[in-house]
Amino acid sequence: MNSSFEWIELVGRTIGLLGAFFVFVAALGVFRFPDVYMRTHAATKAGTLGLGLLLLSVAIQYPSVPTFLKAIVILIFLFLTAPVAAHAISRAAFLQKVKLWERTHTNELEGKYSADGKTLDS
Amino acid sequence: MNAIFDFLTFSLLAWALALTALRLILGPSLPDRAVALDLLGTVVLAFIAANSLQSGETLLLDVLLVSAIILFLGTIALAHYLERIR
Repeated sequence: MNSSFEWIELVGRTIGLLGAFFVFVAALGVFRFPDVYMRTHAATKAGTLGLGLLLLSVAIQYPSVPTFLKAIVILIFLFLTAPVAAHAISRAAFLQKVKLWERTHTNELEGKYSADGKTLDS
Repeated sequence: MNAIFDFLTFSLLAWALALTALRLILGPSLPDRAVALDLLGTVVLAFIAANSLQSGETLLLDVLLVSAIILFLGTIALAHYLERIR
């Protein structure tokens, strides 16, 4: 009984540390990547994964029904809103004609937006 | 044992905060700064989660949920503003 409890604590702490590591990787990507679109990609993917792992660690570490439900609700909210926010920012960046990295060789979206940015020509 | 995990977690998060703040200062264009601000909010949410993990205060999850909602609304408002001023 006692030893299994310690195992659960160790696993929870390790998952929390992994989450902090992924948040750090997201920050490193935002700092090092060469243009806005790559930075958005790093921030939104690794950041969401890291925060999700930290929440999972809290839910494992302190198991009760309200804690677990709250962690699940926050996770669902994050997974729904993080892509929307990232898409809104990178769409604004594309409409502002922020330069791509000079070694990017394909831009499939170029010239597809109408002049007012409201409609997308496929 | 737990002190080592806490030290590593909080130091990784502090480095993440420093790198993101550096990009927020340096960022060449305005959308760069918007991305950095969004990630800064995510790092602060991660700090709240790590604090809850360390202290066992699970009420902090409510704080985290409200902060996540405010962060999302702020990012959307900033993106809308960036589209308006182009």
